[in-house]
Amino acid sequence: MFHSQAQGDLGIFGNDPAAVIAVKVLGIFVIMVLMTLLTIWAERRVVGRMQMRIGPNRVGPFGLLQSLMDGIKLALKEEIIPKGAHLAVYVIAPVIAATTAFLTFAVIPLGPQVSIFGTVTPLQLTDFPVSVLYVLAIASVGIYGIVLAGWSSGSIYPLLGGLRSSAQMISYEIAMGLSFVAVFLYAQSMSTSQIVAAQEPMWYIVLLLPSFIIYTTAMVGETNRAPFDLPEAEGELVGGFHTEYSSLKFALFFLAEYVNMVTVSALATTLFLGGWRAPWPISLWDQANVGWWPMLWFFGKVFAFIFVFIWLRGTLPRLRYDQFMKFGWKVLIPVSIVWILIVSVARYLRNEGGLESRNLLFAASAVLVVVVLVSYTLDLRRKKSDEAEEQRIAIEAEQEFDPFAGGFPVPPMPGQVAQPSRRMKATISSGAPASHTPAETTEGN
Amino acid sequence: MNGESVVFWVSGTFAVVGALGMVVSKKAVHSALWVAFAMVNIAVLYFALEAPFLGTTQIIVYTGAVMMLFLFVLMIVGVDSSDSLLETIKGQRLLASLFALTFGGVIVASIASTLSSPSAGLAIANAGYGGHLQAIGFLVFGTYLFAFEALSALLITAALGAMVLAHNERWTPRKTQDQLQKERTFSNHVTPLPAPGVLARNNSVDTPALLPDGTTSIESLPNAFRGEGQVSKSNSIEEAGK
Repeated sequence: MFHSQAQGDLGIFGNDPAAVIAVKVLGIFVIMVLMTLLTIWAERRVVGRMQMRIGPNRVGPFGLLQSLMDGIKLALKEEIIPKGAHLAVYVIAPVIAATTAFLTFAVIPLGPQVSIFGTVTPLQLTDFPVSVLYVLAIASVGIYGIVLAGWSSGSIYPLLGGLRSSAQMISYEIAMGLSFVAVFLYAQSMSTSQIVAAQEPMWYIVLLLPSFIIYTTAMVGETNRAPFDLPEAEGELVGGFHTEYSSLKFALFFLAEYVNMVTVSALATTLFLGGWRAPWPISLWDQANVGWWPMLWFFGKVFAFIFVFIWLRGTLPRLRYDQFMKFGWKVLIPVSIVWILIVSVARYLRNEGGLESRNLLFAASAVLVVVVLVSYTLDLRRKKSDEAEEQRIAIEAEQEFDPFAGGFPVPPMPGQVAQPSRRMKATISSGAPASHTPAETTEGN
Repeated sequence: MNGESVVFWVSGTFAVVGALGMVVSKKAVHSALWVAFAMVNIAVLYFALEAPFLGTTQIIVYTGAVMMLFLFVLMIVGVDSSDSLLETIKGQRLLASLFALTFGGVIVASIASTLSSPSAGLAIANAGYGGHLQAIGFLVFGTYLFAFEALSALLITAALGAMVLAHNERWTPRKTQDQLQKERTFSNHVTPLPAPGVLARNNSVDTPALLPDGTTSIESLPNAFRGEGQVSKSNSIEEAGK
C-alpha cells in the first residue's frame, strides 16, 4: 500500500549551489520569453498559411524578429489609465498575471541530470512531492490577475470579460484537476520528475487516453484560446478583461497568455508524453535520454502542442457561452469522474494481483466510448420527448386561462396566454400589425 | 536566524497585515483581496513547516475557490463601499465580542496545551507511512474514513440546498436558435423592430420612432409605453413628418 517506487529521487533537488540556481532561474526566464516571441511569430505565420496569406516576413530572416519589434513598440506606447480605475489594483493585476505564468515552469523537468559548471544537477529548477498540485495552485492564483483587471478597470466590458474568463478558467480547472488523478494513481506520485520516471516503459497517452483528451480539452479552455476564447469575443466584449489596458501593462497580459500556453503544453508533455524522454525511433539510440539531448525532445513535443493550439485557432469557430459551460460541467467533469472510477478499479485489481490491468484499461476505454455514444443517443431521444412536451403544452394552451383559479391571482400555465391588462387593452393599434400578441412584441424589443 | 524563521517572520507579518487590512478596508472587494493575500502567506508558512500538500491545498481551496467565489459575488452584486454601523439585531455587538473572545480563548488554550509537551516531530509522525502524503492519505481514507464521508455528505447536502433555493422553474422549454430564427422569418418583422425616437429630438423612451413614410411606429416603444395615454404626445414628432 505504501509502495513508493522512486521516493528517493527527490533527494537530488534542493542541494544546488546558489550560482547554479541563479543560472537555472535566469535560464527558465529567458527560455519562456524567447518561447513567447517564437510562439507569436509561429502563430502569425501558421495562421497566415492556413488563411492563404504569407504572414509577417519582413523583419529579420522569415520575419522572426517581428514579435520582438512589436514588443518594443508596445512598450514604448503611451500609457492610458482610465479615470474610473482603482489604481492600486489596476497596477497589480497585470503583475499577478505575468508572474504566476512564469512560476509554474519551476517544476517542469526539462531533462535528466546534467553537468552545469561541474555541478551535476537535474535540468529542473526544483521538485517536491506535490509539484503538480503546485501547478494547479499557481494557476488558481493567476486567475486573480484577470478578475482584478476586469474589476479595477471601472468599465463594464472589462468587468464582463473578467467574470467570463474567470468562470471559464475555474470550470475547466476542475476537469483539468480530475484528469491528473489517473496519472497520480499510475505514477504513484504527484512530483513531475517521478511522473516522467514512471513513464519509462510506456507513455501515459497510451495507457490513459481519456485523461489525455480531457486534459488537452481543458487546457485550451484554461488558456482562453480558440475555440474557447469567449473572454475575448470581440463582437460581444471588445477586448475582454484587458480592454482598458495599454502599453506595458497590456504587454504583460499578452506575455502571460503565451507563457501560459507554453506552460500547459509543457505540463501535458510531462504528464502524458513522457516528458523529456525520446520518442520511439530515437529512443533506440542509447544516448537519446542522456545529457542535454532530452531538452530537444521536450521542446519538440511542446511545439507540437503549440502547433495544435494554432491549428485549432485557424480551424474552429468560437463556441457560444452556454454551450461551452454545458460542455465543461455536463460532459468533461462527469466523464472524467467515471474514468477515474474505472482507473481506480483497474489499479485495485492489479494491486490485488487479479486481472492484467493494462488489458482491463483498454477494455474500459472501449466501454467509456460506448457509454458516451449511448448517452448521446439518449440525448437525441430526449429531444423527441421534449417535442411531446411541447404538444402537451399546445393542448393545454387551448384551455382558457383563469386568472383567479381557486380564488387567488395566478400566473398563466405554460402556453396559456394571459388576458391583456387594462392598459394593454387600450393599446393604440395604429402602428402594430394585428398578428402580434403583446407577448411576442416584448421579445422583439 | 535560519531560513525557516526568516520565512516565518516575513510571511507571518504579511498574514497579519492581510488580516488587519481585511478588517480596516472600506471596500468589500479590497477586504476580499486582503484575505486572499493572508491565505497565500499562510500557505507559505505551511510550506516552510514541511507541509507542502497542506500549503498547495490551502491555495487551491481557499485562495482559488472560496475567495474567488466571494469576489465573484461582490463584483456581480456591486456592493457599495458604505458600511452601516447600525445594529440590526439587538445586543449583536456584545454577543459577537463575547463569542470572539471565547473562540480566541479556546484557540490560545489548545495551542498552549500542545506547547507544554515537546513535539514528536514530522519524521516520527510520518514514519511507517513512507512520506507525509501517504500518511495523510492513509489517515483520511483509512482511520477517519467515516468522518471524511460524513463531511462530504454534509457539503453535498449544502450544495444541493443552494441549488434548490436558487432554482428557478422554467415554464416553457427554452426556444432554440432554430425556433427563434423561424419565428422571426415568418413574422411581419424580419429585421429588428425600429428603435424609439429618443435620439431624434426627445429625451425619453416614450417617444415613438418616425418611419420613412412619415407615420410614427408604436412598435418602437417598450411594451409598457404602448397603452393609451402612455405615448409621448410631443407634436414635434408628428410635425417633423409633415
